[in-house]
Amino acid sequence: MSDISYIQQDNEARFSDYIALLKPRVMSLVVFTAFVGLVVAPVPVHPFVGFVAILFIALGGGASGALNMWYDADIDRVMRRTRSRPIPAGRVTEREALGFGLALSGISCLMLALATNIFSGLFLAFTIFFYVVVYTMWLKRATPQNIVIGGAAGAFPPMIGWAVSTGGIAVESVAMFLLIFLWTPPHFWALALFMKSDYHEAKVPMLTVTHGRTKTRRNILAYTLILAPVAVATGFTSIGGPLYLATAIVMNALFIKGAIEIHGRSEAQAEADKYATEKRFFYFSLIYLFAHFAALLAEEGLSHIGLGVW
Amino acid sequence: MAITRDSDLHMRRLSRNLGLGVVLLGFVAIVFGLTIVKVERGGKIEAYDHQPRTSMLPPPEAAK
Repeated sequence: MSDISYIQQDNEARFSDYIALLKPRVMSLVVFTAFVGLVVAPVPVHPFVGFVAILFIALGGGASGALNMWYDADIDRVMRRTRSRPIPAGRVTEREALGFGLALSGISCLMLALATNIFSGLFLAFTIFFYVVVYTMWLKRATPQNIVIGGAAGAFPPMIGWAVSTGGIAVESVAMFLLIFLWTPPHFWALALFMKSDYHEAKVPMLTVTHGRTKTRRNILAYTLILAPVAVATGFTSIGGPLYLATAIVMNALFIKGAIEIHGRSEAQAEADKYATEKRFFYFSLIYLFAHFAALLAEEGLSHIGLGVW
Repeated sequence: MAITRDSDLHMRRLSRNLGLGVVLLGFVAIVFGLTIVKVERGGKIEAYDHQPRTSMLPPPEAAK
């Protein structure tokens, strides 16, 4: 009888559940930034090799997403936002997600190393290790600065893209890393201000929960002020140029303006207009990051048609 | 219920199986493509094989 009831059960994993384990929305950021890192690097890469490299960097990012969902299944079951993910919904077992994540990690690092160079493969392996072990297992549940650390993992892809082309690390690739690394805290905390996710029930020490919303607002402003000079200074490296510089100055001025507005608001004011400023700041942060990397890409294009300045 | 070609189980898993098939075919295409690119670009194909071989030695100096 038991096998018949097994056959009749509806709650079976579909192909899309395995895609969902890879966190496709995070992957799109990985693809874009890794692509920019690869293209702006000084050594040309064969287009097919470049395509394969981006694909396996994205797959490595996806694999770390699956491992994250395996480890965080207990949190996901508690929070409303994540309850419909494949593991909490019971369509994929935890062991299955673990095996899926580990296998894809191995394949992506190995294939990246074979397609490009050993250093890139090792760098991807380190990124997965950093996201899964350092962030997910260790710091996420231990410190309210967890977002800052998690941001580092999301900031590695352009560095890997650069390593695919050059086989190493340079000032420019570190600058791209810092851009995403310092952008993540204001971006995510703005979201935390208006999403009011049930982190306290899941016992995740979010800054909004542990230190209150006023302190979070001050932290958003602080990180925005550190980010701005780094973003502008990137314009003076070999990947920058006047177009990038102009973009960075405008974008950072607007970003700081938004952060000051957020800092100046009380919780009552924010309640009153349903967090309009916080939401605007969050959506602008997406445009902010996209504009910086698009400008780097444009500078590279300009230098190819002979309009590069430095 | 006999498991025929059209049983519920098979219908439900069709998307999974098709998806996996596409992914595996894609992987084959990638490995094939990489092979073409690497061979065309004349990368180092021959490696040290535990025995010195003349094909691995640097080209001899020009005649004195």
